[in-house]
Amino acid sequence: MLNIENLEAKVDNKNILNGLNLNIKPGEVHAIMGPNGSGKSTLANVLSGKNGYETRGDIKFNDENLSELSTEERAQKGIFLAFQYPLEIPGVNTNVFLRTSLNSIRKAKGEKELDTLSFLKLVKEKSSELGIDERFLSRQLNVGFSGGEKKKNEILQMKILQPKLAILDETDSGLDIDALRIVADGVNSYKNKDNAFLIITHYQRLLDYIKPDFIHVLSKGKIVKTGNAELGVELEKTGYANFI
Amino acid sequence: MKTEDLKNSQEYKYGFTTDVENIRAPKGLNEETIKFISNIKKEPKWMLEWRLKAFERLKVLKEPNWQKPKYPKINYQDLYYYSAPKSASEKPKSLDEIDPKILETYKKLGIPLDEQKRLNGIAVDAVFDSVSVATTFKDELTKKGIIFCSISEAIKKHPDLVKKYLGSVIPLSDHYFATLNSAVFTDGSFVYIPPNTRCPMELSTYFRINASETGQFERTLIIADKGSYVSYLEGCTAPMRDENQLHAANVELVALDDAEIKYSTVQNWYPGDENGVGGIYNFVTKRGACRGKNSKISWTQVETGSAITWKYPSCILQGDNSVGEFYSIAITNNHQKADTGTKMIHLGKNTKSKIISKGISAGKADNMYRGLVEIKNKASNSRNYTQCDSLLMGNKCGAHTIPYIKNNNSTSTIEHEATTTKINEEQLYYCNQRGLDQEEAVSLIVNGFCKEVLQQLPMEFAVEAQKLVAISLEGSVG
Repeated sequence: MLNIENLEAKVDNKNILNGLNLNIKPGEVHAIMGPNGSGKSTLANVLSGKNGYETRGDIKFNDENLSELSTEERAQKGIFLAFQYPLEIPGVNTNVFLRTSLNSIRKAKGEKELDTLSFLKLVKEKSSELGIDERFLSRQLNVGFSGGEKKKNEILQMKILQPKLAILDETDSGLDIDALRIVADGVNSYKNKDNAFLIITHYQRLLDYIKPDFIHVLSKGKIVKTGNAELGVELEKTGYANFI
Repeated sequence: MKTEDLKNSQEYKYGFTTDVENIRAPKGLNEETIKFISNIKKEPKWMLEWRLKAFERLKVLKEPNWQKPKYPKINYQDLYYYSAPKSASEKPKSLDEIDPKILETYKKLGIPLDEQKRLNGIAVDAVFDSVSVATTFKDELTKKGIIFCSISEAIKKHPDLVKKYLGSVIPLSDHYFATLNSAVFTDGSFVYIPPNTRCPMELSTYFRINASETGQFERTLIIADKGSYVSYLEGCTAPMRDENQLHAANVELVALDDAEIKYSTVQNWYPGDENGVGGIYNFVTKRGACRGKNSKISWTQVETGSAITWKYPSCILQGDNSVGEFYSIAITNNHQKADTGTKMIHLGKNTKSKIISKGISAGKADNMYRGLVEIKNKASNSRNYTQCDSLLMGNKCGAHTIPYIKNNNSTSTIEHEATTTKINEEQLYYCNQRGLDQEEAVSLIVNGFCKEVLQQLPMEFAVEAQKLVAISLEGSVG
């Protein structure tokens, strides 16, 4: 599904990613761990097509060259990024945002736009799965939301937009145990053999709830170690020092 | 808004002209022109005298020039002050008598004048250049004692009301453009709501400038008698022309005891092309008097058109406990300029005013909020709250806020909040990541920014206004 070969990324002439390789197949959950400044969020941003990065190397998403696609085209083709710091958009209801988003993606896929009633039904179903109060949806997007609410909102969006590849950028940071569990349940209930996850995290604790197939250690813009779920437990004990 | 729609609407879609034969007054501003206007409208003598008095006054007034947007000197002798479609020289008695071309024009603009079609139960008065061509739903309104007609008709049929209120809010000698209007005004709407009557439908006037080299000077007068309520909406469009056309209207509102007037404007005059050639000079005087106790006047404006918008819809809060509100969205793109805001003059006790202004600037445009809040010494326990937000798109545009605040009563309070923000790249990225393209993202964010004002508009127009906001900003980011 995703094939990254020798990816380099620069910001303001500073090298952040230095020849990163990664392959993700449908049905897989990959976790990326690494110290601060190792390039984790840059990887997420480069994959989703954020401006401001100078990149080299090859990224293929379902055999399509990603670097030729705009941010919205990537989203329309099924790449979803759960933001580390979800943005506030004052005056825009969460509902309206979600519906505009869903319909843009459906339209790009040549599907019919969802009418208000079917949309509300869908939202109701997905939010109750996550234990999110419906009133939450008529609030302005992320405005005045707590850290936990913002992250839950990201997961709700993921479940509604149904991406092929979901990238979670430190979705677990700043969450209490209950919120962490809700986020993890959201991921686990969405996971199937056709989609894949790339989970960026600092801590093992999220991986107690979401079992990764692979854990990669990122250091200085390169993957320096790849292992299975055991690796996370080891990292938690020993820190990154042995790997970087 | 759909991408397809956006692509199709890149240009000003109201820019067409209608080819109708016109009757025009000779060019130039003089007594003869004023007599011509009064004569062709078969006005009573007192009206002509009133106009001439204004003209006398005009001779000693100077055009103001304290505003930020400057414009080349207007040659008032080189303008037509009266232009009317020939077929309307006698006001048509029914829709069948209106020139089909004009009906077609309004149809293109999405304003069906055909009552059978019942535009959501909104009564429409349509003003084409200098004359009102049709007023719908007259019978239904008449049953309730509501008068909704062109001002020309009101001058003839309801002279007592007109004499009593015309010029009572905007005096004859107020300032250059208002006085010019008093001398040469051609048509506009007149509304009278009798005591304890709630107007059962939205009243709406649609203004269209069609002829070239023509100024439009409309005059609107709305009177809400004791305990009555009316919601009124005006819309405006003009063809694309490479000359600048002057639009200097006067709007007077009077609210008596316990009465409420809600006045909404969706202004979409031709803004000029992307190089700033052509477009309407929208120099308008709008003022409402909350004359009675517990009365309320609420202005809502969505200003997206015109080369220059220069207006301050105001409230004079005379009655005790009266309320004045001003909700504004002013969007300037390309070379457009706006200097707009409001005046809230508190005279009565316990008077309240609220100002919510949203200015959006893109391209090389310049957007100014200028507002006066004045609490006079007898207006005890009065309050004002002002919020001015500016949104900048790109780095070649400007936003300015100039509040004038005068409080002469120690028991009264004035609050002013202002923010200026640039459209946030991160917000756009977030929207893009959710599959929205750049135009959709901008439209969503800007509509969110304007929400407090948009939700003041009558339902039927809110959707239109939202689209207009998006269209006005097309191509401004990216």
